[in-house]
Amino acid sequence: MKVLTGAYRKIKDLHPHEAIAPGTGLCAGCGGLEGLRMALKELGDDYIICNAAGCFTLLSVYPFTPLKGSWLYTTMGGPTPAAQGVRDALDIRMRHRGLEEKENLNVIVVAGDGSSNDIGFGATSAAIHRGLDFIYFCYDNEAYGNTGFQLSAASPYASATQTTPSTDVHEAGTEINKKDLFEIWKAQKPVYLATVSPREPIDLSNKFAKASHLKGPRMFICMSPCPTGWGFEPKEAQLIAKLAVDTGIFPVKEYYEGEVVHTVRPRKRLPVEKFLERQKRFRHLFKPHRQDVVIKHIQQRVDEYWGQYE
Amino acid sequence: MKTPKKIMLTGNKAAAWGARMARVEYVPAFPITPQTEIVETLAKWFADGTMQGKFTNMDSEHSMFMAAGSAGATGVRVFTASSSQGILHGLESLYTVTGWRVPMVIVNVSRALATPITLEPDHNDVMSTRDCGLIQLHAETCQEVFDFILMGYKIAEDPEVCLPLLVNLDGFYLSFTREPVLIPGEDEVRNFLPLYTATQPVFQASQPMARASAVFGGVTYTSFKLQQELASRNAEKIFAKTAHDFKDRFGRYYGPVETFHLDDAEYVFVMSNSFATKGKSAVIKLRQQGIKAGLLKLRLFRPFPSEAIASVLAGHAKVAVIDQNLAPGMGGITYPEIVTALYDKKNRPEKILSVIGGLGGKDMDDQDFRTIIETLDKSNMGKPLFLYDEEDAKNFDRLLKIAKLKEVSS
Repeated sequence: MKVLTGAYRKIKDLHPHEAIAPGTGLCAGCGGLEGLRMALKELGDDYIICNAAGCFTLLSVYPFTPLKGSWLYTTMGGPTPAAQGVRDALDIRMRHRGLEEKENLNVIVVAGDGSSNDIGFGATSAAIHRGLDFIYFCYDNEAYGNTGFQLSAASPYASATQTTPSTDVHEAGTEINKKDLFEIWKAQKPVYLATVSPREPIDLSNKFAKASHLKGPRMFICMSPCPTGWGFEPKEAQLIAKLAVDTGIFPVKEYYEGEVVHTVRPRKRLPVEKFLERQKRFRHLFKPHRQDVVIKHIQQRVDEYWGQYE
Repeated sequence: MKTPKKIMLTGNKAAAWGARMARVEYVPAFPITPQTEIVETLAKWFADGTMQGKFTNMDSEHSMFMAAGSAGATGVRVFTASSSQGILHGLESLYTVTGWRVPMVIVNVSRALATPITLEPDHNDVMSTRDCGLIQLHAETCQEVFDFILMGYKIAEDPEVCLPLLVNLDGFYLSFTREPVLIPGEDEVRNFLPLYTATQPVFQASQPMARASAVFGGVTYTSFKLQQELASRNAEKIFAKTAHDFKDRFGRYYGPVETFHLDDAEYVFVMSNSFATKGKSAVIKLRQQGIKAGLLKLRLFRPFPSEAIASVLAGHAKVAVIDQNLAPGMGGITYPEIVTALYDKKNRPEKILSVIGGLGGKDMDDQDFRTIIETLDKSNMGKPLFLYDEEDAKNFDRLLKIAKLKEVSS
């Protein structure tokens, strides 16, 4: 296993700077918010977030913002082209209009999995194609969370969403597999690509620190346990995030210079049930009767994934 | 170019020249017929260093208008162009960026909307943007296209306005028609329209800000919408100021509307864009036959210059509002706006006829204008008048017969 040569080895090494003030409109226990909070510690305050419609739109509700940097709400499919416009304009002003380098901004997109996988997917692919110099932060809560938890292309097999409920006819709920956004983005060879988990703060911080020194498309998918949509107590968010990693369901990895490295590897993978059984969205797999075939299928897919690397 | 020059330009080239002389710094682009010539021309000028800044090939009009808006919010002078389906595809972004209150100029080269898909012009595309908060200027000639772009930046960038502005020109009839266009010298243009400096805060490290944040509650939402409405209303005043300034410098004056043989006119055609030229030609021919016809051309379409329109139409007996657009089940889209403008005028016209013509580039000939006059003379006009006669029906039938979709009558 290749170890990242990041600056951080212990929690207490992490930057004390808080880039998001407390008291936002986001849900208690939102895993994605924790991920963004730590990411922004690494990126400094000279940034603009171009935001897609979604849960995180509630970060800035007029006339308040919890952010030290700038914020631009766009549309559900438009945060990445908005980032393109800001990047281009700053470059033009620095090159031709005497804007000083100290006025430059880190251009960041913050979008949910619905925007990232579905409505904003094409525009983001285009930005990677153009080599846009930006950071993309996808908080992946595996459904359209802000509208009450409907199926997105990131909803995993056998999760129940409002639009793929578990019924006698469709016992598994969601019957199709989660889109592999990491592999799709990887195919376009962005300069940097990583998955991060709020439960792995050192790994997350090292990745953002590394990305902050690179130029070009830097893509992040942040596992975002969602108390309201997944159905668990907010205080359990960290535990859920940990189980996602420990069961191997959520691989923590990076793609850099043509190589995929799993930066956090579960030593001995826990059975997937340990992750599933704690969430309401998977309750139908255990009650009223246990759906062994479905659970086995989930385990099999996880084993197959890791089998490629073991 | 140091001194004024008269050169032959298509409507599209005139638009590109407008952007060039305005010293536009940023063009996000996406191709669509019949607009493509504009962005191709600009791409070349950015590539060879004639224009300074950046040309970015975007992935859709939705993305293009979004990038245009965010670049405007970051302090550069932005230009872009689209047409037809592209306008519809980008409409969400257009509503968004007008709310951002960023100045820019957008050219729409009018082309009819699917279905059926076609290339030739009518105005349903630009009318779809009617309510999104853009300032709109509609051009009849290539010179107007060029001049409106220069004036457009001046209006859009005025601190009392700060809104995107759209210049409309007709596909094919104007986009691909060459006309002589006077291009002023660079210094003259610079005196009228200096290099862009944003008057509102823009994105840069020293001035962090949250823009376009979500609002809760109707009061906050309405406060923002009211500001947008007031800004748009201001644009009528700023248009007038800009038009006078433009005349002083370049000798061409543009009122919010243009009148043609209107003073003693008994019949008035209300038209816009390139087909107004056909209307003017018809007016001349009708007058040769002793029919007192005249024409009112709409130029400033948003904000809607109700008073300017009503004051020139009042006192004329018969008015035909010719819409090159169709709201199925209702009729012409500008018709109710003209009627509303006239409602409280004491000497408003006796008759105001809604005419639908020129859809999908369908020509309007002298017979069409005579039909309008005849309809205005009827005691019961029926409405709206759809310019589609027996000859047109026969032509459509002929097509079906060629394809053997209809029996050929012996």
